[in-house]
Amino acid sequence: MDLSFGQEYEEFRAEVRQFVEDNRDKQPKARDYRSEDAVAWQKKLIENGYTLRTIPKEYGGLGAEPDIIKSRIIAEEFGRAQMHTGLAGQGISMLTPILLEMGTEEQRQEFIRPTIVGEMDWCQGYSEPGSGSDLASLSTRAELDGDEWVINGQKIWTSGAHRADWIFCLVRTEPEARKHHGISFLLFKMDTPGIEVRPLVDMTMTPNFNEVFFTDVRVPKHQIVGKRGEGWQVANALLGFERGSLAPPDAAQSRLNALIKIMHQETINGERLIDNPLFRERLMKIQGRVMAMSYNDMRLLSARINKNQDTKLAAMVVKLQGTELRHELEGLAIDVMGEIGLSFGDNPYVRDAGTWQFQYMYYLGLIIGGGTNQIQRNIISERGLGMPREPRAKVK
Amino acid sequence: MEFGLSEEQTLLQDSINRYLSEELPLDQVRKIATGDVPDSSVWQGLTELGIPGLLIPEAQGGVGLGYLDAAIVSESLGYHVTPGPFLASAIIAPVALNLAGGQEALLSSIADGSRRVGIAFGEAVGARADAGFTVADGKISGKSLFALDSNADDYLVADADCNLYLVSAADVKRTNLSTVDMTRSTCELVYDNAEATLVSRDVNVFIEALDAGRTMQAADTLGAAQSMLDQAVAYSMQREQFDRLIASFQAVKHMCADMVANLEPCRAMVWYAGHALDELPDEKRLMACHTKAHLQEVGQQVAKTSTEVHGGMGFTDLVGLHYWFKRIGANRQLLGSPEMLREEAARIQGFAA
Repeated sequence: MDLSFGQEYEEFRAEVRQFVEDNRDKQPKARDYRSEDAVAWQKKLIENGYTLRTIPKEYGGLGAEPDIIKSRIIAEEFGRAQMHTGLAGQGISMLTPILLEMGTEEQRQEFIRPTIVGEMDWCQGYSEPGSGSDLASLSTRAELDGDEWVINGQKIWTSGAHRADWIFCLVRTEPEARKHHGISFLLFKMDTPGIEVRPLVDMTMTPNFNEVFFTDVRVPKHQIVGKRGEGWQVANALLGFERGSLAPPDAAQSRLNALIKIMHQETINGERLIDNPLFRERLMKIQGRVMAMSYNDMRLLSARINKNQDTKLAAMVVKLQGTELRHELEGLAIDVMGEIGLSFGDNPYVRDAGTWQFQYMYYLGLIIGGGTNQIQRNIISERGLGMPREPRAKVK
Repeated sequence: MEFGLSEEQTLLQDSINRYLSEELPLDQVRKIATGDVPDSSVWQGLTELGIPGLLIPEAQGGVGLGYLDAAIVSESLGYHVTPGPFLASAIIAPVALNLAGGQEALLSSIADGSRRVGIAFGEAVGARADAGFTVADGKISGKSLFALDSNADDYLVADADCNLYLVSAADVKRTNLSTVDMTRSTCELVYDNAEATLVSRDVNVFIEALDAGRTMQAADTLGAAQSMLDQAVAYSMQREQFDRLIASFQAVKHMCADMVANLEPCRAMVWYAGHALDELPDEKRLMACHTKAHLQEVGQQVAKTSTEVHGGMGFTDLVGLHYWFKRIGANRQLLGSPEMLREEAARIQGFAA
């Protein structure tokens, strides 16, 4: 057990800390993805190697060697100072790694640079009304007509479709093949004729995602990642990327600290919330669970660095445990505040800008999204414990 | 940066696991639990592996290892529901005696297996109306309940002020107290003006010994719960109903997945708690409280769920799953319940008076 990162890395930490100190007032005020100062900030972070470090120089990155510890130190120092860590849309976090892995040289040249600096915004066209957990059953069709794909069908839960420039989209191109083998991964512009975007308001009353309808949408033949029928492998690589990042323990720790602060500041009937033994008991219970997930995360980090322990199960449980834990943590903050905990929107008594109710609902969304937690349990039991799949039952 | 077990630690755990798999099949656990064979039979073997002296300095014939090493041994002992006085005689008593100083001879006897030291911490951890004692002029009179180890040669007794005394088993009236956990014994000690040798007046000695004990109980539960999970999965892969392995039912799979989801992060937590006792003085108290509390909640969930996966067989004595169930239950109650430990965790952080 050695929890230090060593001298070289402590020097790196000092550099990051200095950068954070020098640029505290230069970070973008608004979190708006498309704002000019967000793009300028993103470029500055890339130049200094504080985001997307490993993207090769020829595609607009720094071309640094992968270094898990440096990435961790950057995350820690930016997190400590609550600094804007740069843009993290689906184009950056999901499409870029897949293009690096499976895209053609032309695709990398065309898309990666504008995507990572925030000039090209993407949405992800995966789920459909009839294909949620069973994503591979998707039925949006793309048929080749000369040099163009002609796309017809519908996507749903498409985050950011209303502002995206482009979409990466799963479509069925080989209707005769078995379901996992008939899918292709296409890229196309959102202003292509035949695309209609309808906002879908979620329970937080935010239009976070959309329905997207395709009617005879014509897309150049070469805008495909991987070969015809290989889209499922491409998509699975991306989903693996998404799941690990849905419930980071660092964020849970910082929300726990905010909750502890509230419980020290707020009073009900003249009693501080932290002095109520029932609330305190619930807080301590959650704290124990947050700690377990934090140490689990340290173990996963170590395993990625040293490659000397089997952490398959430890990694598989992060989405399931982390989302449930956050939902409960946010819910506890609401409970302890009583009526004030109900506040939302423009209520003048709202605490922390309404984030407690928002995150309470948002994490319920994440319990369902990114592969429902029931699907996670199937994955843990089948791929983690080697238990057999449930036999199929047909609709009568 | 290395968050995990060293090669030596992995080898240590492997060798203990190998020994226990060979020497301690369930039949042997049963014989000891029902009193047909004394628990000294296992303790003798573990002594040859150096277990009683794990934390005792080499100068006193011990192995001089650290708390994280001891935690992974404790995990293995829990996995195999190993009978014997590990918690009291290999952890709590040696930690206290070593910190207190002047107990080299007794430490040597513990390390070579010739003496077992039990503990009676009830007055300091959770005093009860039906027990209690007074110490004056080196003599103790009164009663302790749920002292650990009914076969110890000496008892390390803590009073309400966390002072520690040594009392010889030969000087007390000892009655075994049966509990559900038949793998480890507890007893009532009645003192009638018995010799009580002061060991320590330093509350920190008591606290470190208690924290070490609680961390080892958490590790023991980690091992016992892991075994129950493994047994549940193995059983579900053999048992057929409705012409299917029950492992193919989502209801069963999801029960197993929930056990994994709760238990797997506990491994890192126990490692960190052991490491904190070794290296992080500012964190060790909080870790000991939270780790024992959290492990007991998870342990209870796993114990119940694994039994359910086994169906009716889980409820029988035939399968013997109850030895693990009860072991986890005992770890929960002894030396502080989860609620009590969480309140202590709140106090350590200044959240409670």
